[in-house]
Amino acid sequence: MQDAASTISAREAPGHSPGRAASRLRSIWRNIFPFIVVGVLWEIVAISGIFPARLFPTIETVGRTFFALTANGILPHHAIETLIRLLSGFALAGVFGVTIGILMGRSRLAEDIFLPLVSICAPIPGLAYTPLFLLWFGLGSFSSILLVGFVSAFPVIFNSWTGVKAVKEIWVRSAHSMGADDRRMFTHVILPGALPYILTGLRLGLAQAWRVLVAVEMLAAVPWGLGWLIFGARKFLNTDAMLAGIVVIALIGLLLEKLVFQKIENYTVVRWGMVAA
Amino acid sequence: MVPIAIDNVTLEYDTPAGKVTGVKDVSFDIGASEFVCIVGPSGCGKSTLLNVIAGFLAPAAGEIRIDGKTVKGHGMDRGVVFQDFAQLFPWRTALGNVSFGLEMKGIPKAERDRIAREQLRLVKLEKFVDSFPHHLSGGMQQRVAIARALAYDPSVLLMDEPFAALDAMTRDDMQSLLADVWRATRKTVIYVTHNVAEAVYLADRVIVMSAHPGTVQADIKIDLPRPRDPLSVEFVECQKQLMRHLGHKVSGNGVGH
Repeated sequence: MQDAASTISAREAPGHSPGRAASRLRSIWRNIFPFIVVGVLWEIVAISGIFPARLFPTIETVGRTFFALTANGILPHHAIETLIRLLSGFALAGVFGVTIGILMGRSRLAEDIFLPLVSICAPIPGLAYTPLFLLWFGLGSFSSILLVGFVSAFPVIFNSWTGVKAVKEIWVRSAHSMGADDRRMFTHVILPGALPYILTGLRLGLAQAWRVLVAVEMLAAVPWGLGWLIFGARKFLNTDAMLAGIVVIALIGLLLEKLVFQKIENYTVVRWGMVAA
Repeated sequence: MVPIAIDNVTLEYDTPAGKVTGVKDVSFDIGASEFVCIVGPSGCGKSTLLNVIAGFLAPAAGEIRIDGKTVKGHGMDRGVVFQDFAQLFPWRTALGNVSFGLEMKGIPKAERDRIAREQLRLVKLEKFVDSFPHHLSGGMQQRVAIARALAYDPSVLLMDEPFAALDAMTRDDMQSLLADVWRATRKTVIYVTHNVAEAVYLADRVIVMSAHPGTVQADIKIDLPRPRDPLSVEFVECQKQLMRHLGHKVSGNGVGH
């Protein structure tokens, strides 16, 4: 009993020690350092005049544009439109991807039917499907969402399928011996057992969704959206607006990762010791 | 709490080379509340036999009857404890793991929490009800597994080398704890092990199996008073007797283990 008690206290100890603040600062510094290096190099190039100032603005200019566009509501509007498409498409991918993946993991028949299809479609770049989707479903948000859902479903399917296959036989046996029927075997054992993989799949799916969405917004003639902002700004050589759009994409990605995925993981698979923190 | 009859059980494996007989014509009876250890060299099919009794494998011939009813698949009349620490559900706390079977039985939450706490107290883990398995040591995890298998009150407890992966000191503690738990619950226990001292310490009766194919080689009653003293002359004598049964077989047919 002693050993586990000390493990627990050892885990909690850093929370009360003064060393924690210092190590936090160090880790923040480690994260910021590369950005400072790139920022300094960027400024050197921008000020040196290798590119015309119009095409290679300084960080101050980008920052000013970023705040101006945020203040007048243009950037948030673009960002929200993009976010709605992203989340709608990703929700489709999540629901269908997890369902199909788990079905493939649970049923031989589903595996035989879906695996060849998924294997062939998955490696095709999402953009290759874009013209087809635009012709079938028209220009605009609807086809963008469908395409995002379709393309980002593949990593979700693959990982959910792998996750179900990776559920330990000994859990299934234990649950069987304790009287679990098929339904509860699924909800109480298979789902939580496959969760580390399913979360990985969703995370990869979200990255995939970003990639294809920003590109599709450039092609699908949507009136608002970060992809459209970046693409449209090219005509007027507004590189500062383009860069501001790219910054927003990075920020949203970071927020989703930190506030959604890491939170879910910390509360589930990390807390359960199924994945290292 | 109920008697078990193992009646001419034969089990075959499908291998690329064809059918291999794992267990052949094994028969023995187990009395109600009896603690039976199955001992034998690796490959004698003792774990396989336990899996047949648990209902995870179907015998090629013969049958197993628990309280007169023929075993068909797994059932809640049997609780199973495996060797692998990973048998616990990592996403459930100790309490959650122990209440799993009760949950499957449809017992209300307050009641199953009460029973699960009681079971954890029985294995001396009352302080760790809310710990997740990965925060528990191997010995503690196996105790949770025992509590979990007992919680829904099966009449038979099947244990497959549950302490084999523990260090020697923890194993001694666990054996004495299991002896206490058995005395308190009076379950019928079938316990598979390759550890002779463990068998003598725990069992009312030891079934010695030999390998290739697995058959019953001897059926020995351990008539020592409990709690048993592993250092007593009688205990060591029993161990020697068991060793002879196992050792004789080893030198007899030249199968080296």
